[in-house]
Amino acid sequence: MSTESNPYLPYLATVNQVVQETADIKTFRVVLNNEQARQNFDFKPGQFGQLSVFGVGEATFVINSPPTRKEFLQFSVMRAGEVTGKLHSLRAGDQVGLRAPLGNSFPYEQMKGKDVLLIGGGIGMAPLRTLLLTLLDNKEEYGNISVIYGARTPNDLCYTYEFQEWRDKGADLTLAVDREHPDWEGRVGFVPAVLAEDAPSPRNCVAVTCGPPIMIKFVLKGLKELDFEDDQIVTTLEKRMKCGIGLCGRCNIGNRYVCVDGPVFSYSQLRELPQEF
Amino acid sequence: MGDKKFLHADKLRDWLQELSKEFSVYAPQMNGSVQEFAQYTADSEISLDLLSTEPPKKVLFPQTEYMFRYKYEKSNQDLGGEELQLTEDLPQDKPLIFACRPCDAAGFQIFDSVFAQKEISDPYYKNRRDKACIVSLACTIPDNTCFCNWVGGGPTDPQGSDVMLFPVQEGYLLEPITDKGEQLLNYKGFETAGEKATEAEELKQSSLEKMPQFIDLGDVPQKLLDLFENMEFWEQVSNKCISCGVCTYLCPTCYCFNISDESAGKAGKRIRSWDSCMYFLFTLEASGHNPRSSKAHRLRNRIGHKFSYHPHNHAGIFACSGCGRCIKYCPANVDIREVIQLVKEYKDVHGE
Repeated sequence: MSTESNPYLPYLATVNQVVQETADIKTFRVVLNNEQARQNFDFKPGQFGQLSVFGVGEATFVINSPPTRKEFLQFSVMRAGEVTGKLHSLRAGDQVGLRAPLGNSFPYEQMKGKDVLLIGGGIGMAPLRTLLLTLLDNKEEYGNISVIYGARTPNDLCYTYEFQEWRDKGADLTLAVDREHPDWEGRVGFVPAVLAEDAPSPRNCVAVTCGPPIMIKFVLKGLKELDFEDDQIVTTLEKRMKCGIGLCGRCNIGNRYVCVDGPVFSYSQLRELPQEF
Repeated sequence: MGDKKFLHADKLRDWLQELSKEFSVYAPQMNGSVQEFAQYTADSEISLDLLSTEPPKKVLFPQTEYMFRYKYEKSNQDLGGEELQLTEDLPQDKPLIFACRPCDAAGFQIFDSVFAQKEISDPYYKNRRDKACIVSLACTIPDNTCFCNWVGGGPTDPQGSDVMLFPVQEGYLLEPITDKGEQLLNYKGFETAGEKATEAEELKQSSLEKMPQFIDLGDVPQKLLDLFENMEFWEQVSNKCISCGVCTYLCPTCYCFNISDESAGKAGKRIRSWDSCMYFLFTLEASGHNPRSSKAHRLRNRIGHKFSYHPHNHAGIFACSGCGRCIKYCPANVDIREVIQLVKEYKDVHGE
């Protein structure tokens, strides 16, 4: 929460770097202005924030830098609406507001000693990045860490500049694009198809997936066909949110609020909820 | 609690004047054909004979309120640069709601369960709520849309009120309900309750007898979950709905809100305003996906929230106080009582 007394009051923060990831995705690295707030800021992988452009409004993004790296907080933003449009016009030095950390986190403690399989599609790689880097920065505590990451075209892949670092630190990274492309030497096919081909073993493994709803649907189906149990599958949901603290009434699925009870849910938790995604 | 008091009808204005010294008093007044809660002044004409068109929720949860202001100013540290300042706008008002009905006071208890929780609270609501006093007027004759007795309330139920006011011969019997309420009864114009107290006790009984027959909604929370996937049912009950949202705006328990910014040059405000789950835009995501894309989905969520999700999360309490405004003012005659009865009877109808 931003301030103890008023959860709606954002921290002031400065954009210190903007990375153009794809034609419509930019990554923002921001630093809290207040020295003490910066020192005290703590979060867990999977938690999100409400990023403000004053005069335009707030929008919800996962903090995709890991808590193991504190020099800045990173958010990847796909241009889609008013706030994201304005965010895309920001440059280094510009001021933003941030209410964070909000929501729950990936069960990274329970993953210790296990293999972890991350399956991401498009901008859905952002929340997986924070988990991936958290795991890689503590690699000795985890088993094999593998990643299947797909996008429509090679130009739609984010974080391409750090794939080598991921591999160097021990991630088994499989990249895929939807269709053949002249510059592409990696796998071709939708993410669920790549998953089915590779058929990873569910033994002592946790699968974490995030991506477009249709991809998640078929990945869940694919994981079930590979005999993953419901509690071995984790996903993170995206909903329209305003308050981020369980009050404004927008992001509920039945009696659960994605902003406070989520955004991270296991498949066994999701199956207990009314199916309204 | 302290002694009951009697207030002669002639002295009502005098008492309100007295209260106005300490509080911003909000009392039901006519504004055209709408009876609303407006600030009481020496020339206010208060109207006590009807359930107000609007509930008093806007007194503690305004339709629009400023949360904070922001301002960019030229910096004297970083020459050529700008500094951003935020100023929090917490409410200064000390409100007293006068002559709302027991269903409206119960509505604030629903608000409290969400906006004034131990772990998380809404500082704007809670700030007003902590200072506020609620003086409720007992109902003697129910409207034909009243159903407070189905949802745990009653026409003279004191839950959520600091003082209960009973209309008796020649004036009002006042019963303090809370410590806060007792503080309000120091006015020198009160008389001892005497036989008026007996009259008020009789009224409690006679008012209850005039209410519609009690219906036990205990099985409704689970039935709503059972009915969740039955879109045919939800399409049928929402068929008449025109998604105007009046049910949510006039509801004493609906609290959904939006947060938006308003800017003028280098300064502006962050604003919280009422929103409605009956609107398509409420849950529309930037991708174009909408988890509640039809009015059937939206009515299912509104009824589900009030009669299943809220009671599940908050000790079985329904997020409905049975005031009946959503029935009375719905331009398409959607009747929440009919919907919850259909939910309740669902299995019987289908013989399952």
